[in-house]
Parts: sequence; C-alpha cells; structure tokens
Amino acid sequence: MPIEETDARRAAVVRAGTYLYYRHTLPVRVMHWINVIALTILLLSGLNIFSAHPALYWGKSSYTGRPPVFEITATEAAGGDLVGVTRIFGRDFVTTGLLGASEGADGERVPRAFPSWLTIPDTRWLAMARRWHLFFAWVFVINGLCYIAYSVAARHFTRDLAPTAADWRSVGRSIIDHLRFKHPSGEAAKRYNVLQKLAYLAVIFVLLPLVILMGFAMSPWLNSLLPGWVDVFGGRQSARTIHFIVAWLLVAFALIHVFEVIVSGFWNHLRSMITGRYRVEVEATDETAR
Amino acid sequence: MKLHARTSRRRFLARTIGAAGALALSGCDALSRTEWFPKVLGAGEKLSEAAHHLITPRKAMAQEFSEVDLSPTFRSNGTAMPNDARYRALATAGFADYRLEVGGLVEQPASLSLAELRALPSRTQITRHDCVEGWSAIGKWRGARLGALLETLRPAREARYVMFYCADPMEDDGTSPYYESIDMNDAFHPQTLLAYELNDKPLPIPNGAPVRLRVERQLGYKHAKYVMRIELVQSFDKIAGGKGGYWEDNGYEWYAGI
Repeated sequence: MPIEETDARRAAVVRAGTYLYYRHTLPVRVMHWINVIALTILLLSGLNIFSAHPALYWGKSSYTGRPPVFEITATEAAGGDLVGVTRIFGRDFVTTGLLGASEGADGERVPRAFPSWLTIPDTRWLAMARRWHLFFAWVFVINGLCYIAYSVAARHFTRDLAPTAADWRSVGRSIIDHLRFKHPSGEAAKRYNVLQKLAYLAVIFVLLPLVILMGFAMSPWLNSLLPGWVDVFGGRQSARTIHFIVAWLLVAFALIHVFEVIVSGFWNHLRSMITGRYRVEVEATDETAR
Repeated sequence: MKLHARTSRRRFLARTIGAAGALALSGCDALSRTEWFPKVLGAGEKLSEAAHHLITPRKAMAQEFSEVDLSPTFRSNGTAMPNDARYRALATAGFADYRLEVGGLVEQPASLSLAELRALPSRTQITRHDCVEGWSAIGKWRGARLGALLETLRPAREARYVMFYCADPMEDDGTSPYYESIDMNDAFHPQTLLAYELNDKPLPIPNGAPVRLRVERQLGYKHAKYVMRIELVQSFDKIAGGKGGYWEDNGYEWYAGI
C-alpha cells in the first residue's frame, strides 16, 4: 500500500503504540469478496460438471487412440464394495471415500468423481451445475474487468503491486522470511512484500486469464471465432485439462493466501479486508508516524 | 491454561468456518431446487448467447480437421437403438421405406426418400462433436445442406425455428420422443447438414441412422439423431415441455454454444 502524507493523515491513533492504517480501498474490498464467492461457486460447480465425464485427455478430441491422462473411476471389489480409483498416466491409486466412490448424505457409498460436500449441487446434476457455473463465470469476468479498470485508473497496479527495485533486491531475503513465518512489522507491513506482489501478479495476469481462456476454448461456438485457435493450446481436450489444472493451482494459491493471512495476523487482515483498516505497530525509531 | 484457551478458540473457529461452509453449500442446494433461482442463473445463458452472436460473424465456420484427426470409433451416446416398432421395421428394411417429412411454415411441404435426400446439394466435413458431458470425438460427415433444402420449400416469413422430431423414445414405455430445435441462422449455416454418412459409410444406427442433424458450433445434444420429421414454426412454447428440445425440457440450455 502507498505510504503518503494523505494516508498518514487518514491513519487515526487509537491505541498507544499502534494506529489504524487505511490499507484497502472500498472497491478493492468489495471486488475481493465478490471474487471469493464467484471463484468458490465456480470451483464447486466445476467439479460437478467434471463428474459428468471424469476423465482428462491431451489432444484435439477425447478419442484419439490414446488413453486419458487422468481419470477417476469406480470398480467393484470381490465383496461387492465400491472402490474409488484415481488413474494418473495409467497408474492406479485407491481413493475410496474421496475420489471415485464416496458416501452421500444418506451414508450410502455411490460411484462419483468428487464427494457430494465438494460439489454444487450436491447430487450429480449436470444441467444445474452448468447453470451455476455459467452464471458465476459472468459474475467473475465482469468483476475482473471492473478490477482491471479500477486498478489502472486508481494506479493500484503501479503503486501497490508492481515490484520496486528494492523489492527485487529483497527476493532472497523474503523467501527465507516466509519459510521462517517471519513477517514484516511496523511501517513495512503497510505494503505488500515482494513474494506477495509476485503471487498476486501471477494470479491476476496469468492464472485467471488462462482459466477464462481455457473455458472459452471449450465452447464450440467460440471455437469458430478463429478456426484453429484452440490448437495453440494442444486442442480442445487439452484446453479442458489445462482448465482443470489451473483451477487447482488457484485452489493452491487460495490455501497459501489464507495460511499467510492466519500466520501474519488473522483478525487484523480480516478487518482490513472488511473495513479497510489495518493496525500498524509504531516502531520505536519511527518519529514521523507518531 | 493460555495454550488450552488458544487451541479451543482455534477449534471453535475451524468448526464455525466448517459449519458456515456446510450451511452455504446446503443453501446452494436448496436454491437449486426452487422454481425461481435456476431462472435467475439462466441469465448467464442469455448473456453468453448475446455475447457470442455479437463477436462472431453469422457464418463463422466451425473448425474442420483432417483425416489423421479422426477418432478411431465415433462414440454413440444416448440412444443406440430406438425402442420403437415403426423405426425397427424401417431399419430391418434398410430404410428403403424411410421418408423425411418437411412441413410447417413452408410454402411447399415435402416428403423425401433417402435417395432424394442424397440428390440434394451436399457437403462433406470433418468436425469435432463436443458433448455437454465434456468429451469430444472427431468424425467425417456427409449430408444434405439443410439451408439448400429449406430454400426450395420457401419458408414463410414468420418461421423462426426449425423443429426436428426423432424416432427414439426417451422413456422406457416408448413415450417422450427426442426432439430438438435450432433458429433460422443456424438452419441456413453452410455446415448445418442432414447427415446420412459417417466416415464414408452409411450412418450407423447407434449414431442416428438414417439421418441425423449436424449443427456444428453447438453441443452434441442439439445434433438430433433418427430425424423423422422437420417442422418450421414461429414458436415452440406449445410443443412438448415448451423449451425447444428434450434436454432443454430437462433443464439444459437451449443455446448450446458453450
């Protein structure tokens, strides 16, 4: 976040040794939470859609003569019990209870790629899952476009997200600090650290555009926009595979993001993403902030 | 003491988040089962259709492939053999008695034999069939261009949709025949065919013999198999479930470009 005179004036001293700093603007907060809701629904409805044909391929079609690269199936054991099997590059892993076969709300084990608590809706219902997915895809895209427009206009990208020369010099140190769960405090905590900036930039400019583009690549109508454009990504079924992988990379990002929020001050971060105000400790040597 | 308080607070927090998540999920499921909420979600379909039509030229062509891309076997989905006595009698006779009825809002209704259909202007194309489930297969189709056929029958000005009525019942008791519909733009698209050949052979029964629709740029369920009758209409509100197709009546989107 920018360190400016105006921000210092906005900061109100409320407790000896600490003060509240206006860290996140209202548009950023609103768009952040819309994104949380949209991406969660997109993931869970996407897992339901995937369950309609739980296999991923590399190529222009599913039937190329080569087997799927990834598959979630169910087989029946000798005793008649369902066994969930996850097959990656031809290697089988038993994943009963989570992938392939899991218990529904009634406690009965049924064949299903992802468990009912991880899908919207909770039953195998492709038509409804598509409705959720294709509606919240629009919410997500419109929200994303608003975020880009706002961030350019308010110089959020250049002031808060673009790494500075000093940032680049501190990459090594920042990696070590993260591994030791050591986080910036005092004035330094007002701004994003370099790893944080790079992670956000990678998500905003690589992962999210890629997951949208791979969604477009699955649309037969959009395929006709420029015949052959989907082949750049290895074909339509490859695009579906990339869509799936990027979705999980986004999950990985979200898990790390929430982990970092917890270890560096959960309530402080949560408040700053709701009210905008982030509590900063006044450093002993810092006279100007007092 | 302090440590105990912290772990119990964490456990409380984890449980609260877990419970809130479960509550939100069951909320989504309850919404799915209402009458009104799926209609709200349906706005996504309308937006996608409008956006696609805005950015894509009306006659934009679906990607065509080469022989090396052909799927070794073209997957059959849904009905593989219609459970219908009249159809089975036609199939036994090699579809010699098959006639495609074309009527509705046209000046000149027609009834075509397979030979007459084959005599119409045709097109051969290798295209990818994208199923709504997520898989796809590439096949080589040959068929009569629907647009060329409709031109000779002179559609009425008020005709807005082309309905396809099929031989395959979707219920075990032989009722609820499959049907589909497309708009006039798609009907007159150069790649929209009444296909009678797959991979240089007469269309096999599992893939919709003797005639199936090819409407490239839309998902597989639009490509009606076992087409027996075609009707041009102004509206499909009063036909079957009123949504323009068997799967549409079961909650799938009428616009299947995505």
